[in-house]
Amino acid sequence: MSKTVISVEQLSKEYRLGQIGTGSIAHDINRWWYRMRGKEDPYLKIGEENDRTKKGNSEYVWALNDISFQVKEGELLGIIGKNGAGKSTLLKILSKTTSPTKGCVKIRGRVASLLEVGTGFHPELSGRENIFLNGAILGMTKGEIRRKFDEIVDFAGVERYIDTPVKRYSSGMYVRLAFAVAAHLEPEILIVDEVLAVGDAEFQKKCLGKMQDVSSKEGRTVIFVSHNLTAVNTLCETAIYMKNGRIAKQGNALDVIELYSKTESEVVNHKKWPVDERPGDEVAEILEARLVDKDRNSITMAHTDQQIGVEFTYRVKKQGSQPVPNIHVFNMQGDNVFASAEKSNPVLGVPGTYTTVMWIPDHLLNDGRYLAGLATSTFVPEKVHFYAKEALIFDVVEDMEKRDVDYRGKMPGVIRPKLNWETIKLD
Amino acid sequence: MSETLPHKQEKWDIVIEPKTHLLQLNLKEIWRYRDLLQLFVRRDFVAQYKQTILGPIWHIIQPVFTTLIYLLIFGQIANIPTDGIEPPILFYMSGITIWNYFAACLTNTSATFTANASIFGKVYFPRMVLPLSVVISNIVRFGIQFLLLLVFMIFYYFKGYSIHLSFAWLFIPVLIIMMAGIGLGLGIIISSLTTKYRDFAVLLTFAIQLGMYATPIVYPSSFLQKTPYKWIIEINPLSSIVECFRYSLFGKGTFTAGDLAYSGIFMLVVLFIGTIIFNKVEKSFMDTV
Repeated sequence: MSKTVISVEQLSKEYRLGQIGTGSIAHDINRWWYRMRGKEDPYLKIGEENDRTKKGNSEYVWALNDISFQVKEGELLGIIGKNGAGKSTLLKILSKTTSPTKGCVKIRGRVASLLEVGTGFHPELSGRENIFLNGAILGMTKGEIRRKFDEIVDFAGVERYIDTPVKRYSSGMYVRLAFAVAAHLEPEILIVDEVLAVGDAEFQKKCLGKMQDVSSKEGRTVIFVSHNLTAVNTLCETAIYMKNGRIAKQGNALDVIELYSKTESEVVNHKKWPVDERPGDEVAEILEARLVDKDRNSITMAHTDQQIGVEFTYRVKKQGSQPVPNIHVFNMQGDNVFASAEKSNPVLGVPGTYTTVMWIPDHLLNDGRYLAGLATSTFVPEKVHFYAKEALIFDVVEDMEKRDVDYRGKMPGVIRPKLNWETIKLD
Repeated sequence: MSETLPHKQEKWDIVIEPKTHLLQLNLKEIWRYRDLLQLFVRRDFVAQYKQTILGPIWHIIQPVFTTLIYLLIFGQIANIPTDGIEPPILFYMSGITIWNYFAACLTNTSATFTANASIFGKVYFPRMVLPLSVVISNIVRFGIQFLLLLVFMIFYYFKGYSIHLSFAWLFIPVLIIMMAGIGLGLGIIISSLTTKYRDFAVLLTFAIQLGMYATPIVYPSSFLQKTPYKWIIEINPLSSIVECFRYSLFGKGTFTAGDLAYSGIFMLVVLFIGTIIFNKVEKSFMDTV
């Protein structure tokens, strides 16, 4: 069994809301007065659970509330949660940029955090000078930096500009150089905030790839904070789901993600339109839509190896109109993955309420988030009776254990068909 | 994620806890980051004069002009004596050189937290490295101005004035360390207070301006000996350092060993208090800055 490298024990962190000004000195004096009499800090008691959407009564909130967990050597741990769930506060405490209010963290080995690349870059200094300065800020010695200098410059691809002040760099070059320095740190524990993943696609891929290398090839521990469920699922074996400063679930990454998308994400797996808001015209209107499995039970998310049913209920109002139900599926990049329509169905010529299911076969959609738009149309003449755009939003996830190739990263591509391969020996 | 085995529980490299030990100096850690310290010094010095034509020569121009102005106003117009130091220009220049060092140490270290909040918020390194780097990079600046002072002394030697050489010169480094210590100590106290209440930063800018007049920079200590304002010079721990600095250079100055001891103790006290407050603040200042 590998050893524990991080142990977080009953960690809590309180923040004061609002402005610091004349009011806070009164609190400071009050706090000091309580302490002089040997009493507990009065402002710790009135801290509230941190839910930014609700208006609270207290000026103090618990950004972290009694968090405990452990991380093993070589583990790649993902931390997910909504904005304000306490993820960044946790990372700040782990990287020692702020201290907890209660509890403690014990760590074995050197910690480096990539909370933001390029920290401490000085615009007037040259690329060369900044590599040394930034490296030293991140905890490297000059000797270490000198040894890796060529590698860093090479990785960043800025050789030609190395003696130019970084203020003359393009923003792309700047980020590349900054990341190159950070990527060549050799800490036992690497903390990565998703801020890192805001660059272009190539840069993101480089970041994620580097993290995977660090963990699997070098046996280092990585803590990765992200909103990107797909990235967490492909990279991490284990994950923690944080909610309002507490751990809502921890364990196997897929289970945690499943609970997260069930409770938090903007997934819409079932939608019922109120009477006066139903999209539609005098021919047809939509009443309800939901995501179902093969037994017609509602589901919140689907697996790549599972058949997905998109079911919608609508009313046909006009005799003989025979509208055609159809569906448009988009991914989060806005690509129209496919569109599909039922054959013209004589049943729909009679007014009444109908339910239609469209089955998306297993092993068609790649993992990721999808939007489904539902419509009915007639084609001669062409007319759309209703089009409920983004009626359903759902996630398709992959169970990494069932993947039949050894490759563990994210499968590229809009779709993920299961194809037949044939290899024969020729000689 | 199972329980830690009991026998493994003891050896941790880092323990992050809410409370700090008050007088934890972490000298070992600062030593580990000595390369960073050196790079910060370099950055301070190099970055300041990038894209200027005169570069470090600016370090010389500023004290020369200040000296000339003081010579005109305090020497020629106000007619304040210079303790018999001849020519008077050396009196003013020596005062300005050592005062500049103190003022720069104090102003720059007092901005430690607020000016570097963006770095501190993202990466951990011993925070004390920054104020230390300020004190050291200012020594370089002081060195340049001190050389300028020597050049002037030699120049006036050839014009017929004498140079006062004695063992007292060996005392100058000690005086510089005392100035640095007081500047650093006060600076980190103010920087710690500024994280929450910015009032102190405002206070500091004019406190330094006024402080110069409460220190024998533009007048000698002897000038106030018989006036009711003598006590100002006496409680000011910088007075004896400035007077001793002039005594070392020119053989003229009013101070006692007791005055110097007072300054030394003052330095130790502010450094002690400064370290305590700094340690307390560095852990959580990101929440209040």
